[in-house]
Amino acid sequence: MPRPATLLRLAALALLLAFLIVPQRFAPLFVPFTEYGAPPIYDQGSLPMLALAHLGTVFAATAVSAIVAIGLGILVTRAGGAEFLPLSRTLVNIGQTFPPVAVLAIAVPLVGFGELPTLIALFAYGLLPIFENTLSGLQSCPPAVVEAADGMGMSPRQRLLAVELPLAMPLILEGVRLSLVVNVGTATIGSTVAAKGLGEVIIAGLLSNNTAFILQGGLVTGLMAILLYELMGTVERRILRATHLA
Amino acid sequence: MIEISSLSKVYAEATVVDEVSMVVAGGSITAIVGTSGSGKSTLLRMINRLVEPTRGRVVINGRDAATVPGHLLRREIGYAIQGHGLFPHRTVAENIATVPRLLGWQAARTRARVEELLRIFQLEPAEYGAKFPHQLSGGQQQRVGVARALAAEPRVLLMDEPFGALDPIIRGQAQDDLRDIQRRFGTTVVLVTHDIDEAFRLGDHVGVMSRGRLLQYDRPAMLLTHPADPFVSRLTGTADRALKLLSLTTAAQAMEPGAAAGDGPAVAATDSLRDVLAQLLWSGAAAATVRRPDGSAAGQVTLAGILARGRSD
Amino acid sequence: MVQALHARRRIDRLGALLGVVAMVAATTLPFVVFKANRIASGEPRSLLAALPSAPLLLASVALLAVAAAFVRQARARLAAAVVGVLTVALALAWAADALTPAGNRLVRISPGAGCWLLLLAFALIATDALARLRPGPLARVGALALMAAAMWAAFAAGLFDQLSIMREYAVNASGFGRELRQHVLLALGSVGAATLVGLPLGITCHRVPRVRGAILQVLNLVQTIPSIALFGILMVPLGALATAVPLAADLGINGIGPAPAAVALFLYALLPVVANTVVGLGRVSPVAVDAARGMGLTSWQVLGEIELALALPVIITGIRIVLVQNIGLVTIAALIGGGGLGTYVFQGVGQTAIDLVLLGAIPTVALAFSAAVLLDALVDLTGRAAP
Ligand SMILES: Nc1ncnc2c1ncn2[C@@H]1O[C@H](COP(=O)(O)OP(=O)(O)OP(=O)(O)O)[C@@H](O)[C@H]1O
Ligand SMILES: [Mg+2]
Repeated sequence: MPRPATLLRLAALALLLAFLIVPQRFAPLFVPFTEYGAPPIYDQGSLPMLALAHLGTVFAATAVSAIVAIGLGILVTRAGGAEFLPLSRTLVNIGQTFPPVAVLAIAVPLVGFGELPTLIALFAYGLLPIFENTLSGLQSCPPAVVEAADGMGMSPRQRLLAVELPLAMPLILEGVRLSLVVNVGTATIGSTVAAKGLGEVIIAGLLSNNTAFILQGGLVTGLMAILLYELMGTVERRILRATHLA
Repeated sequence: MIEISSLSKVYAEATVVDEVSMVVAGGSITAIVGTSGSGKSTLLRMINRLVEPTRGRVVINGRDAATVPGHLLRREIGYAIQGHGLFPHRTVAENIATVPRLLGWQAARTRARVEELLRIFQLEPAEYGAKFPHQLSGGQQQRVGVARALAAEPRVLLMDEPFGALDPIIRGQAQDDLRDIQRRFGTTVVLVTHDIDEAFRLGDHVGVMSRGRLLQYDRPAMLLTHPADPFVSRLTGTADRALKLLSLTTAAQAMEPGAAAGDGPAVAATDSLRDVLAQLLWSGAAAATVRRPDGSAAGQVTLAGILARGRSD
Repeated sequence: MVQALHARRRIDRLGALLGVVAMVAATTLPFVVFKANRIASGEPRSLLAALPSAPLLLASVALLAVAAAFVRQARARLAAAVVGVLTVALALAWAADALTPAGNRLVRISPGAGCWLLLLAFALIATDALARLRPGPLARVGALALMAAAMWAAFAAGLFDQLSIMREYAVNASGFGRELRQHVLLALGSVGAATLVGLPLGITCHRVPRVRGAILQVLNLVQTIPSIALFGILMVPLGALATAVPLAADLGINGIGPAPAAVALFLYALLPVVANTVVGLGRVSPVAVDAARGMGLTSWQVLGEIELALALPVIITGIRIVLVQNIGLVTIAALIGGGGLGTYVFQGVGQTAIDLVLLGAIPTVALAFSAAVLLDALVDLTGRAAP
């Protein structure tokens, strides 16, 4: 017998999939929110395709952020990169004061409308949590453990791969999870610069004053973000259990 | 054998180890004592080049340590530290197998060695091998730490306050274990400690450091009877140095022929004179009988004999 | 080999890298972009083409770049970098003046990639020097005030009036103050309300472990919902409320406009405040609480004088997080008619006018940055008393 929380998650997933595949079945629920006979269900594009495009953008951007951020985090915690550590720390802090909308909006004039500015904004915004968590993960390795690794004759590379990264993994994964979820939200804003995604539904609702669109767009992205958050949590626990860090 | 000559370490302006020279005889234990910040750990870490010396030379078993890449050198030298530094994400067996793996030992040989070590340290392999460090008690973790340092059969073992975090009873046991194992494998041990009693108990030789300099390096008894520096006598303690001296001598060394009168207590040949004195005071007798393991009398230790040994000369 | 090591140590690799970037930016990239009018396509102008005094400027940039690479003393580096930023800013103002024909209000001049990169390089050197100096909280606030004063003086003197972004400001001058106020009001109001509600909620969570999990989980869920979605979703109940209760509509509560934005921002702000209160209270040493009880303090006195006092830095850290976050999120409120600086951002996106975007984005970033500096200082100041 699965736990109630698991059942709830499965139900949410089923609901999301059902809505994406046969949205017209849900039309009666949204009719009360329309005026003057406007369509209750988004009809200017295929919802499953939009959802896939949305997820694709989010995953692609987060993957690149993860590679860059983890790489950078490793670099500045090595002896050779130590000179860059104070600056990179401060930059991470300052970077967090940049609203995602600003990053997105500034990218548009530089690269034009569409997916690219969204990818850039998501990439930039996804860097921060992962970089920060990589740093604190690598730096919070107990000094005695690192010293023992050195003392037993591990090369710097062996120490990194066999000791430091595995110990930092929980925090790094947590950073990736955070980035992923934040990016689901930020990608919604991407629709204001004509990126394909679920934000389109909300924006269409705002433009045509159709509350039903706003509501379904909001519910679908919200549900997706929550499910993704939970899914990442499960993946994280699996990995940690496999590496005995839980 | 470890020959250290004119070894120094300078950080920015501060000289934390200053022209230290010493020879650690093969198969012996050398204990380094000193106040906090006196450079003990730095000296120790220059031997396996965790810290690169600024000046000077370390020759280990005839080979200049500077001629070997640091990490390869460290694979040949055991290293155990305070707080053990066990890898939390590896099992006890995996932890112990670390250096054999780095050295590319065959799996079967590694496994056999791990089991041997676990047995030596009184940890049943079947029960403890698959456990994770956090599932062990502090004393057990410490033993695994030392076992790990010994895994690749190093001829030299460096220890930095290895027993610092243990309670007195467990610590005593760990010290005895170390003594046994060192004798058994003939390992050359350099051990850093805060605890002067530990140094006297374990060290064949004791080095006293202060402000980066090695003030005296000698047999424990010589430190008590012939301190080279006022700091040495302050560190070793003047109030109870007679008792300390007694604790460095065994009953066998002070034994006279004959047997004690009926009310004299029985002691073993390996008991320290300090323990024998305590027994004599407690029982009110003037002499104790030294008995062999089979119970037969080997000789006696008299109060007068003990008093003569505790005198400075 | 030791000597080689020393020689290598003498140059600062970060400074050298940024110095090279600055030099490349100054010599090869367009310093400003010239447009005959707002919709004309831009023509890049290099530093040499834009300014009569360019060689002098190039020389000083080169000098500063060299200083960044070889001066290792943090204060001197900071000074050099600040001089660098000021030089580039002045050069930008002069270039705009020089390129604008007298009396022409149509020409648009905006900073080019070279100018941005130069500013970035010097700002990074300054940031690095500051990070190494580790100034105390009051010094940081002082530096912020100095920065704000310098900016204000530059604007008051009309130094940048010929720049495109200031042209956009001039066009929007009448509404700018209102949007700025609205922005600050939404951010501060939502965080203030969240603090008023979140603090008691956090204390409850701390004292009643049974409800802790549930409350934190619900707030976690709320945080997960994308902002734009939450804004949209909240329009429904608030719109319904306005229809059902005319009084609410009179009070300005409406499906569209600032109300859903304010509610959504409030909801977003709750989690960090509550979570940090719980963490902060949880970290208070039980010994201190025990000692206070032992001395006869009442339960409320223990809470006020010991627990909250000791947890204050952590709680303020939570408030800092949400304030910075909400200053950014308010920009999105413009999409649902909530006003704020986001209005310019989205207008600018709509018209592909980067200057209009920047008119909204730069003040937003400045606000968030100032809030972060101020609250960080407060965290440090309150943290001094705690162990
Ligand atoms: N990497 C370093 N850089 C600069 N100074 C250092 C460094 N490592 C150690 N020191 C300084 O060298 C001195 C000696 O340090 P060391 O660790 O050898 O002392 P210790 O005798 O082991 O002390 P303790 O008993 O506290 O462990 C100390 O003053 C320490 O601050
Ligand atoms: Mg030490």
